[in-house]
Amino acid sequence: MSRNTKINALLLLVVAALAVLPLALGLGDHKEEPFTGADGEAETAITELHPDYEPWFSPLYEPPSGEIESGLFSLQAALGAGFLAYYFGLRRGRRQGAALAKETQAKVVGAKTAEAVEAKASADGGGTGSGATRSASVDEPGA
Amino acid sequence: MHIAEGYLPPVHAAAWGVASAPFIVHGVRALTREVRSNPESTLLLGASGAFTFVLSALKLPSVTGSCSHPTGTGLGAILFRPPIMAVLGTITLLFQALLLAHGGLTTLGANAFSMAIVGPWAGYGTYLLLRRTGAPLMVAVFFGAFVADLSTYCVTSVQLALAFPDPAGGVLGALAKFGGIFAVTQLPLAVSEGLLTVLVMRLLTQSSKGDLIRLGVLGGRTAERREEATA
Repeated sequence: MSRNTKINALLLLVVAALAVLPLALGLGDHKEEPFTGADGEAETAITELHPDYEPWFSPLYEPPSGEIESGLFSLQAALGAGFLAYYFGLRRGRRQGAALAKETQAKVVGAKTAEAVEAKASADGGGTGSGATRSASVDEPGA
Repeated sequence: MHIAEGYLPPVHAAAWGVASAPFIVHGVRALTREVRSNPESTLLLGASGAFTFVLSALKLPSVTGSCSHPTGTGLGAILFRPPIMAVLGTITLLFQALLLAHGGLTTLGANAFSMAIVGPWAGYGTYLLLRRTGAPLMVAVFFGAFVADLSTYCVTSVQLALAFPDPAGGVLGALAKFGGIFAVTQLPLAVSEGLLTVLVMRLLTQSSKGDLIRLGVLGGRTAERREEATA
């Protein structure tokens, strides 16, 4: 694992720990219903402060059950994560495509240019270097 | 966690709507301009919107024994400046209000004001301030996202305190109550959001260096130094 990957993995690990610790330490144990939503708690607080307050509008559509609701929340996360994955995959593919095109071009064009590009390619570790080295030498087409 | 449907008195709901509207209109203009002048940034814009989609769907447990979710608006604010996040944040809120009965249409103005306007501006301001004082990029990104997340819920608490003052303690008493529900719950989540934003920014510096330089996140010189360091 490269240093870069290790740092990224560490970041994810800390985020996971932050999410798991409140559960593992039982920080919700003092509540009747542990780990409910903060928005629901706010509704309760409003009713406590102003017992006569009546919500004057209700949602146009309400998911009929907790299952449907969690399904729709997963859909939201999946849409977002799907697009992010598409974005990073596309970028990686473009970078690799551009590197490949440069290599192929180097074989076709005259000896002088080929030499120059090959020198650059060999400095790049034959095009199999890490992502960071590669992006350092090959600029993306949109840039 | 946003203010639920119908839980702001009509006058407050309307006032926050009026307050948010100019920011959103201005944001739509900024977004159109960005897409027209830099068509290649459409993908990264989509990715910023996608990031808020994922993060605001993730309800995480917190130290207070309740759950809330991050906002994901810091990333887009740092990349594209806050006006554009006014639009992307409001789209996310609208999706949740219409399909998930989370937040609401009558409270959309208030929720947009906290999550899509104040959050991005506060986060961007923090990011810029740290950058100007010479802080490393990733430190500025972390605190930018952290502040964007936390300030959103501080505003939510203020909005509720103004609408529902404590009969004994007044607005301040109510602020302490709502702050305890929203802001304290949000603290560890804001740290998580900061770390996730740093992660995505790290991936972007590898995959989209050209875009980051054009958007001014990576200076030309910073990029060179980074290249030297990784080469």
